[in-house]
Amino acid sequence: MSDLVTRRTILKAAVAGAALAASGALGVPSRFLRAMGAWNQGIDRLIFAPDRMAPEPSLAEVTPDGDFPSYFISSTMPFPPANWMLKVGGLVAHPTAFSLEELQRMPRTDMRLRHHCVEGWSAVASWHGVRMRELANVVGADRRARYVEFRSFDNGYWSSWDGESALHNQTILAYGMNGDPLYPDHGAPLRLYSPVKLGYKMVKYLTEVNFLPDPTGGYWENQGYEWFAGL
Amino acid sequence: MVSTTTADGPKGRQAQPLLIRLAHWVNVPLLVLMAGSGLQIFVAYPMLGPRGALYPWYPLQGSPPPTWLRFGGWLAGARHWHFALAWLLIVNAGVYLVYLFVRGEWRRRFFLPRRDLKNAVAMVAYYLRIHRTPPPTEFYNGLQRLAYTVAILLGLIEVLSGLAIYKPLQLHWLTSIFGGYDGARTVHLLGLVLLALFTANHLVLVALHPRTFIDMLTGGKRE
Repeated sequence: MSDLVTRRTILKAAVAGAALAASGALGVPSRFLRAMGAWNQGIDRLIFAPDRMAPEPSLAEVTPDGDFPSYFISSTMPFPPANWMLKVGGLVAHPTAFSLEELQRMPRTDMRLRHHCVEGWSAVASWHGVRMRELANVVGADRRARYVEFRSFDNGYWSSWDGESALHNQTILAYGMNGDPLYPDHGAPLRLYSPVKLGYKMVKYLTEVNFLPDPTGGYWENQGYEWFAGL
Repeated sequence: MVSTTTADGPKGRQAQPLLIRLAHWVNVPLLVLMAGSGLQIFVAYPMLGPRGALYPWYPLQGSPPPTWLRFGGWLAGARHWHFALAWLLIVNAGVYLVYLFVRGEWRRRFFLPRRDLKNAVAMVAYYLRIHRTPPPTEFYNGLQRLAYTVAILLGLIEVLSGLAIYKPLQLHWLTSIFGGYDGARTVHLLGLVLLALFTANHLVLVALHPRTFIDMLTGGKRE
């Protein structure tokens, strides 16, 4: 009897041990991926050179109208509310709400860039708008604000960036594309545009820019896509 | 143990020393999973060429690779796997190559045109039934050496073109070598196709010469 109990105990322990080992083994891939993800993000930040400028594609490479993809997460095309303003806040000396006209009166930057989507496609367009760096100066962004959060009226779509990328010389708040005012499907009236990040980091339909001490994730980032996503 | 080196490689050495066997078998799951996660990533945009200017020569525009070839579940998952396993593959390849050069193994494995070209041509003639007998061969024949050397070069091209797609701005000098982002992406896929053809060929030849399979498991006899 005691022999049987012992055997049964051993059997149970063996089964439990095997189950534990199996569940542990199931956890290994995700732990491995997390560790390697952190490693890759470290590399990503390490090789990001704030002074490296994206080369300008030739005019012939500009993607024809209609072939440049666009998307939004709302069920229908998001349109800006009446009296739309861009609220800039967080760790800044002068929290400010800007109208589109006010942003357009600030120094304008034009650039032609190749866009890289996480899906694997690329497309070329020219964009014009105001440099993030310019905006940071105007509102007096604090040095402790090492991250910048971008929010939108597209069903809450958002992303947060490292400060170096957000203040890169080619990171702009664009109000125009290919010489025209920004179309609704590309984020009118104002969107983030930059050659240093994958497309999903470039928030369209902007409502808020916040200078923050910590990153706040993002719409796709929180679903598993890379947060840094540098190019 | 005295180890002398002949033109054909080190003496007193197994056909497949332990480190080469280890690197070979570590490579197998890594290459399979890299190919699978790469194809899962490709599903998100199964086309070659930039938007609005797809390459007209690519016959499979828009047709995604079959489900059974994919790994990683979805785009973000496959990207995480691809970028994680790539490091293991690079480390494995690095260890293998350093070993090859430090121990002089490369001499009996790499294709050296002056030494191996004639033998490789004779081997092709044998396979095409032009010659009735294969050329005399010591360790690897010329064609084998060519195939293994090309496979290593393809691996190198995959790493470089992969980095070119991964960081087209920070590494834009590298990306431009491949003709830009979409060029690098094309080279990356073409490299996979060629590596897959190499592997298929490799499996057929191993099946025809089971001795080589045993050697890759046990190392084989010392010469």
